[in-house]
Amino acid sequence: MELINVTIDNKKIEVPKGTTILNAARNNNISIPTLCYFELKDMNITNKPGSCRICVVEVAGRRNLAPACITECLPDMVINTNNIRVLNARRTVLELLLSDHPTDCLVCPKSGKCELQDLAIRFGIREVSFTGDKSTHKKDESPAIIRDMDKCVMCRRCEMMCNTFQTVGALSAINRGFEAVVAPAFEEDLSRTACTFCGQCVAVCPVGALSEVDHSSKVIRAINDPRKTVVVQTAPAVRVAIGEEFGLKPGSIATGRMAAALRRLGFDYVFDTDWAADLTIMEEGTELLGRLTKYLAGDKDVKIPLLTSCCPAWVKFFEHHFPDMKDIPSTAKSPQQMFGAIAKSYFAEKIGVKREDMIVVSVMPCLAKKYECARDEFKENGNPDVDFSITTRELAALIKQANLDFNSLPEEDFDSPLGESTGAGVIFGTTGGVIEAAVRTAYEIYTKTDCPQIDFQELRGLEGIRSATIDFNGLPINIGIAHGLSNARQLLEEIRDGKSTFHAIEIMACPGGCIDGGGQPLHHGNSDIIKARWEAIYQADKNLPIRKSHENRSVQKLYEEFLITPCGEKAHHLLHTHYFDRHTQFEVNLDKINSK
Amino acid sequence: MKQDHIDKIKEICKHFNNEGGELINVLHQTQHYIGYLPAEAQELIAKELHISVAQVYGVVSFYSFFTMIPKGEHPISVCMGTACYVRGAEKVLDEFKRLLNINVGETTPDGKFSLTALRCIGACGLAPVITVGEQVYGRLAPDDVQTILDQYKN
Repeated sequence: MELINVTIDNKKIEVPKGTTILNAARNNNISIPTLCYFELKDMNITNKPGSCRICVVEVAGRRNLAPACITECLPDMVINTNNIRVLNARRTVLELLLSDHPTDCLVCPKSGKCELQDLAIRFGIREVSFTGDKSTHKKDESPAIIRDMDKCVMCRRCEMMCNTFQTVGALSAINRGFEAVVAPAFEEDLSRTACTFCGQCVAVCPVGALSEVDHSSKVIRAINDPRKTVVVQTAPAVRVAIGEEFGLKPGSIATGRMAAALRRLGFDYVFDTDWAADLTIMEEGTELLGRLTKYLAGDKDVKIPLLTSCCPAWVKFFEHHFPDMKDIPSTAKSPQQMFGAIAKSYFAEKIGVKREDMIVVSVMPCLAKKYECARDEFKENGNPDVDFSITTRELAALIKQANLDFNSLPEEDFDSPLGESTGAGVIFGTTGGVIEAAVRTAYEIYTKTDCPQIDFQELRGLEGIRSATIDFNGLPINIGIAHGLSNARQLLEEIRDGKSTFHAIEIMACPGGCIDGGGQPLHHGNSDIIKARWEAIYQADKNLPIRKSHENRSVQKLYEEFLITPCGEKAHHLLHTHYFDRHTQFEVNLDKINSK
Repeated sequence: MKQDHIDKIKEICKHFNNEGGELINVLHQTQHYIGYLPAEAQELIAKELHISVAQVYGVVSFYSFFTMIPKGEHPISVCMGTACYVRGAEKVLDEFKRLLNINVGETTPDGKFSLTALRCIGACGLAPVITVGEQVYGRLAPDDVQTILDQYKN
């Protein structure tokens, strides 16, 4: 690696050739403010359009100021990041941005977490010297995501996530000049596009232009309705992230305090989606073994590889882009939906509550779960299996509104029976976890022997595509794992071309899996936060006495008392689903558009 | 969309090796052929070039050359180049807008006339100048506009 010498703020430093001024400065503890620039280190996610000009610096011998994020260091470059010319230019740029930005910060969903607000504070802006037109875009509300583009600063991070990382292509920069904005084709509503509601656009949006549909007021209303029995379930990734909203360090496991908070918020039953994850393994694992057995017996019609189906963004993605392959994914519902189906049948019956008097709330790290629970096939006579899905962020906000001091709450357990879970259920929250949980169970059922290992390090990691071969007592099982829909697309194209050698593939849409879902506390581009959550998931697994789904006593009892057998008739009715062909990329009303 | 349009768009995309990087060329030729870029055409181009329809629309909406509005039977172009402008082209344009009740870039509801403004058609000696289809009209005053339109109304 060739090293070159540069001087930044009178400090002589040595950097590898090709380093940007921004990275050279940051690596030497010299702070340069940024706005459009975004990076998730080690995850192959970078956005540097060089458009906002907040990061400009002075380079000796250059007439104009240079954007630090896209200007590479050259040998003997002399850079000044902090003189009055630079500071004034940045202030002008920021004031221009603010002159076309709403000033309703007090009631903005991003208030306190907004990167534009942070800059205004940091620069000490007390007055905006420019006045002029303000953007007036239509507010667009989909089942999961709200677009309020008057707040857009054209950083184009969302466009990068949607197109490059996810290859979904729902969003693009459109128009020019003052009219420019990020929008779906023909400025249609997001709900009419191939958007998967993964929410990664929301996760990276620096301002309040993109936010989640907030269901927390509906949850409060349900809790306070004396006729309703309100049941809550919490996804595995929530417990390793919610602490961040209360100042705990990333990677803190807050399961017990979260359960205590939910109880104090007034939920009648505090249950765990991890329980349903164990149930998912029973169904999906049985389905996998069924397909494998047929496949090994020479059945040419059986669909191999089996693809996991827990991630609703991934499900919508293949319905749009790979409808010809919609019989390959497992028919097992996601844990959220399995939980809802069992809560409103088995559990409602057990406690003598009518289906319509029970409200099921899910706390998810995810925005697509809001869309998933609203899908028609997950309703019975219009009554949804899961009524409301709220995010980790919404739950944290509810806890704050209820004046609960999260950090001093006691550690409490989930309620029984839908709150008992295993370590296998916990690791559903990260990439590789679903398939590892499946292997722990499928191995023992298939070989009828105890599995010699519980931790499958070969399935873990944060690389976008991973593969491993697991020895099922002489039978090699090839496993593929992808997170990020661009990576999923690659594996799917291999299957379509007949080149795939996998028996099973796990797919999650978000970087790192659910731990960095669109509903998690905002990381603002700090990938160390995601890694800390990732480690915490495996620690939470280790902390549990039972770590294999088929050893979950409460799930075993469910089969004994109610479902009879995995993939049996009753299980099929309640726990399996079907997929739709949504290949019309854009379900537009063409007459309407052409007459615009 | 008509079958011959579909076939032609596919042919244009194929001519450019169905490469996403050729989007602007593909849009250019498609608009030349159909006269405008309806949403269906953009969808088809996206599919043929393996890019998202949002990206196609992003480019179409960026360049003022591209239009999603079909041209009228008689497309009217008013030259707004320097020579025409100083000799009163704007008043002529305003008269067209008033009489047709449309703005620049629009088409009358009956599909008969569309109105565009352009920069210098190289006939400065005739300023202010307009074209209707291939026909050129020069040295115009706002009063002439009604007479010109009447020639095409039948």
